Amino acid sequence: MKLRLSDEDARFRDEMREYFTTQFPEHIRAKVLARQELSKDDIVESQQALNAEGLAVPNWPVEWGGRDWSQLQRHLWHEEMQLAGVPIPLAFNASMIGPVIAAFGSQEMKERFLPKTANLDIWWSQGFSEPDAGSDLASLRTTAVRDGDEYVVNGQKTWTTLGQYGDWIFTLVRTDPNVKKQAGISMLLIDMTTPGLTVRPIELIDGGHEVNEVFFEDVRVPAENLVGEENKGWNYAKFLLGNERVGVAPVGTTKRWLADAKEAAGDRLSSDPVLASRVAELENELMALELTALRVVAHSAEGKPHPASSVLKLRGTELQQAVTELYVDLAGPWALASGAGDGSSAPDWARVSTTQYLNYRKASIYGGSNEVQRQIISGTILGL
Amino acid sequence: MDFTYDSETVALRDAVRGLLGKAYPSSEDRRGTTNTEPGFDESVWGRLAELGALGLPFSEDDGGAGAGPVEVSIVAEEVGRVLAPEPFVESVVLAGGLVAAAGTAEQRADVLGRLAEGANVLLPALLDSGQPVSASGEGESVTLTGAKEPVLHGARADQLVVSAVTDRGVELFLVDGDAAGLTRTGYRTFDGGRAARIELDGTPATRLGDQGDRSATIDEVLAAARIAYCHEALGAMEVALSQTVEYLKTRKQFGVPLNTFQALTFRAADLYVSMELARSTVMWATLVLADAPERAAEAASRAKAIVSRTSRHIGQEAIQLHGGIGMTAEYSVGHYMSRLTALDHWLGDGAEHRAVLAASVRDHGVLEPLA
Repeated sequence: MKLRLSDEDARFRDEMREYFTTQFPEHIRAKVLARQELSKDDIVESQQALNAEGLAVPNWPVEWGGRDWSQLQRHLWHEEMQLAGVPIPLAFNASMIGPVIAAFGSQEMKERFLPKTANLDIWWSQGFSEPDAGSDLASLRTTAVRDGDEYVVNGQKTWTTLGQYGDWIFTLVRTDPNVKKQAGISMLLIDMTTPGLTVRPIELIDGGHEVNEVFFEDVRVPAENLVGEENKGWNYAKFLLGNERVGVAPVGTTKRWLADAKEAAGDRLSSDPVLASRVAELENELMALELTALRVVAHSAEGKPHPASSVLKLRGTELQQAVTELYVDLAGPWALASGAGDGSSAPDWARVSTTQYLNYRKASIYGGSNEVQRQIISGTILGL
Repeated sequence: MDFTYDSETVALRDAVRGLLGKAYPSSEDRRGTTNTEPGFDESVWGRLAELGALGLPFSEDDGGAGAGPVEVSIVAEEVGRVLAPEPFVESVVLAGGLVAAAGTAEQRADVLGRLAEGANVLLPALLDSGQPVSASGEGESVTLTGAKEPVLHGARADQLVVSAVTDRGVELFLVDGDAAGLTRTGYRTFDGGRAARIELDGTPATRLGDQGDRSATIDEVLAAARIAYCHEALGAMEVALSQTVEYLKTRKQFGVPLNTFQALTFRAADLYVSMELARSTVMWATLVLADAPERAAEAASRAKAIVSRTSRHIGQEAIQLHGGIGMTAEYSVGHYMSRLTALDHWLGDGAEHRAVLAASVRDHGVLEPLA
């Protein structure tokens, strides 16, 4: 038991902080720190800057650009990015399909996709959820039927985040309808410019266009785009979703939001003890989460998510949402001024408070809803 | 940064768990002890001394083992797991801690040496009641007048560490349990413990250490005691949770085990989340105490605030998920809630410590627990 980071880890953290706060493109950080939306170009520029420093995909195998870091160092890298306002590398590329291809893809597939995936030369979209397959993902109905050297794909995917920017989409498709539902699923990589594939935006309650529906009508996919083996897709998906959960407790970002919320609250923290108590409690609960993340990191076996990562996802998103709620309350009537233009007195932070609050209701739904996490905790950890 | 115990600490835990598990194999055994005076088992106290637990944090010169907060936390957690009624934290961490911090070399060797041997049940009397305790006289020997309450296990104390107001601020004094002018009125507390009202009327006392205000010392020792009590609560919460989980697996209603009902298993999952967050925070607080004592008071408030909320969550839900059986004195889980409630309200409850945190919330931007 010891409190402080080792000298080596402390040096590592300082190096990360130094790069993120002094070398990384400042205009992108400024947008993140102001909690503004990033453009596609911002996200690509950000990831390419990180990739040039070897900081985009440290969780990958070393031969494909990964770093031989400890779990704690990965955690520090991840936290320091968030604290500095550096966008996390695009999850679909860096933490979802990249590790899957690296682990299960053929050598040819790795060479074809991994370098471009790390550098965001290919923007990946995720084609998992369907209108009737959300938490019950294995009941998905999009089919892929083998026809010579090709698969013919028909069906519909939904909640495809930033699919409007997607070059390729990794999909789960049903290749065998006659077996137990998990046993008939395969993972296919599909070029989004293929005829028969269409993307339709879904407008969300915050007015933004973040997610999409993706339709497949007789989309012909070369059989070489199958990841690993046919009908093993569920295993790959579980591997992928396990990785997704590890990074999904956004401790650093929420810490930064809360510190900025204190700035926004200013003297009210001195004059309003109810507000001060609310902020102090949020801060304390967030610290408990951070310390739990550190404990989980320290005990994670390589490549295998600690079961307690469900705790991080569940509590992490609750606290993230609680901080977005705090901003709305701090904004008071300015919470309505989301569309205010030049000349308005509405503070910038207040203008984005409500759209962000509404937008982040997603956090307890995506990445395995918080109810799914409770199911994992009660089943896997408690044995109930 | 490391949250794992080394093999020596694990060995200590196993030894204490073995001792206390044998002493209190069930809550009925514990009830047998708490239903008779003095409310704990003198022979268990003696065995804890033989194991070295009662001298753990004191220096070897003072008859102790020279161990740190981590080892103390291990013992406190085991005490919590079986709700052992022996006043470990009160005596060793709080009263002993005050003597260790304020006493002269001679006082430390004498008082702590006997405490470590199990020959001196030493207890703190800090809370004034009605008439604040004041000291008169100068030098080492003074007399004290006033009242203290509640003093945990005060009626059984061989010796008391009493705080008193003097011209210099707050000072600490040793008072023998059988001193002249000392009236002790003991009573039972709801959790099976003991407390007392202690009235001092020109009672002879010995000043701990040199003359001078001891407020800072008291605050430091209180922080250590709060953190140790949080570990005691952790032990109790862990058992209450595992008993509840076990009950959900075995209790049948409507022809099926209770864990068939998601309305129940989801609540157990939430309890687990609370438990893990509390454990992380309390372990951290102990590391702060060991490695960054300048932040110990803050860490104690942070741990207390989290543990207060968590102990209520786990205590209340443990009973609810058990149903009627959880209400009975014969069954164990209710005693866990009872003890957790006592711990929550001792040395500042959640609201008090949240207020402390709120008062300093503007002193930093991003909160850095490892800094």
